[in-house]
Amino acid sequence: MKRLSRFNLIALALGFAFLYLPIVILVIYSFNASRLVTVWGGWSLRWYAEFFNDSAMLAAAGMSLRVGAVSATMATALGTLAAVALSRGEGFRGRALFSGMLYAPLVMPEVITGLSLLLLFVAIDAERGFWTVTIAHTTLTMCFVAVVVQSRLGSLDRSLEEAAMDLGCDPVRAFLRVTLPLILPAVAAGWMLAFTLSLDDLVIASFTTGPGSTTLPIRIYSEVRLGVKPEINAICTLIISLIAVVIVAASLASKLSSRQGESAAPL
Amino acid sequence: MSGRRIFASPARRAAIAPYLWMLLFFLLPFGFVLKISLSHTAIAQPPYLPVFDLAHGFAAIKAAFAALSLDNFRLLASDDLYVLSYLRSLVVALISTSILLAIGYPIAYGMSRLPARWQPVAMTLVIVPFWTSFLIRIYAWINILQHDGLLNKVLLALHVISVPVVWLSTDTAMVIGIVYSYLPFMILPLYATLAKMDSTLLEAASDLGSSRLKAFWLVTFPLSLPGIAAGVLLCFIPIVGEFVIPDLLAGSNSLMIGQTLWLEFFTNRDWPVASAIAIVLLVLLLAPLLIYDRLQRRQLEGRR
Repeated sequence: MKRLSRFNLIALALGFAFLYLPIVILVIYSFNASRLVTVWGGWSLRWYAEFFNDSAMLAAAGMSLRVGAVSATMATALGTLAAVALSRGEGFRGRALFSGMLYAPLVMPEVITGLSLLLLFVAIDAERGFWTVTIAHTTLTMCFVAVVVQSRLGSLDRSLEEAAMDLGCDPVRAFLRVTLPLILPAVAAGWMLAFTLSLDDLVIASFTTGPGSTTLPIRIYSEVRLGVKPEINAICTLIISLIAVVIVAASLASKLSSRQGESAAPL
Repeated sequence: MSGRRIFASPARRAAIAPYLWMLLFFLLPFGFVLKISLSHTAIAQPPYLPVFDLAHGFAAIKAAFAALSLDNFRLLASDDLYVLSYLRSLVVALISTSILLAIGYPIAYGMSRLPARWQPVAMTLVIVPFWTSFLIRIYAWINILQHDGLLNKVLLALHVISVPVVWLSTDTAMVIGIVYSYLPFMILPLYATLAKMDSTLLEAASDLGSSRLKAFWLVTFPLSLPGIAAGVLLCFIPIVGEFVIPDLLAGSNSLMIGQTLWLEFFTNRDWPVASAIAIVLLVLLLAPLLIYDRLQRRQLEGRR
């Protein structure tokens, strides 16, 4: 009964073409020798060279990578704790508010989140720069980490934790020795998601950054507003490659964990 | 059972750090937005009045409260610019979300019909663009839609059009950009419900004499409604406040509310009005946000 009709196939083919063609075209044109973005002038790496000589762009890229790494790490720690509390903590006071605060930022328009964080930073007179952007990104991305880890915790067999405790582990040790290794791939996937989201964010960073701490998306955005530039294609291709590496690593990690899960099952 | 209860208390303690973090950096800031939306604009740094000054004691607080005003909200209600921005945002979000549903449903449905070992591959293929930078994907469309871009070239070559069509800086371009960016958000929840569906129900329907189309309408479609609700909200809410896509792809003659807020904040440096815009936007989105929170909670916590 579960059959693939021709209609299904056409929908899939068109859908994936729509999703991927623009990116493929962008990547191809990043190797274009011509200054005119739309005229093909043969293969060349000159726009990559241009990027690596553009010190302002490089500084912005460095800033973004630092913000991404620090905020993803903090978000992973906080998000994992939140997921554990929500899926193992049963009922506690303020739980509805807690989960609401964690789910709302997933859909909250970024202009609202960005504006409200900036007003907080101004009110407490925090100097705007690296740390304000990092805190803002942590706040946003920890919610994504929490959802990813929570859905893994929800599908985990709880009898493993209970068995560990029956065998004399205290809850914290049972978590560290049994639960954490099992959810580690989801935690890693959460970190990578947080990192890429931070690397990608324009709106919240624009609100919360200060002079001298321009991130890559802010820089790219100001260039793109002036029109299409081949150098931007090259930068975008580099970012896409970086993210592709991250995704391959993530899928390898999850494959490794499912193999572990299989070997753990007969025990 | 007892093990579960022992586990619960340290797990609850795990909530402390993220709870405090979200109170401080998510909830508390809305208080500041509300406060500043009630204050007057000033040419100062930061550009608003009044500022609470606790050093001057109770009298200062009282004076500050007395100075609070609804002027900014009155301005929003009286000036067409703002009302039209809100309306435009809602209309754009409505149109885009409908198109997303129309495109996303067949794709999600096709994915759920794939042989089991191909489904994770299809799933990854949908997620990957979501991981690729959002800004890059919009930029990719500028490449395609510009005057001598690929779309015009292809259409000219196919003799569909005889002169290049202006795509950039139009509402069409903006809707294309929105649909493209949000498509994974629509497909994933739809696919999640469709893949879980019990296929014996469809067999039963056909055994009882339903045609395939009828079985779809009477069985599959109603059962996928939770997925539809999740996908629609996941797209609709952020699209209403969207800034980057309309800014880069649409024309500048009419603005979405996210752009208006941005303009008031960064260009006009009118923080109180920008805050008031944010508060009204939040109120508009409150109902969909609450429904979304409910769905999300049921999805993540109901499956134990």
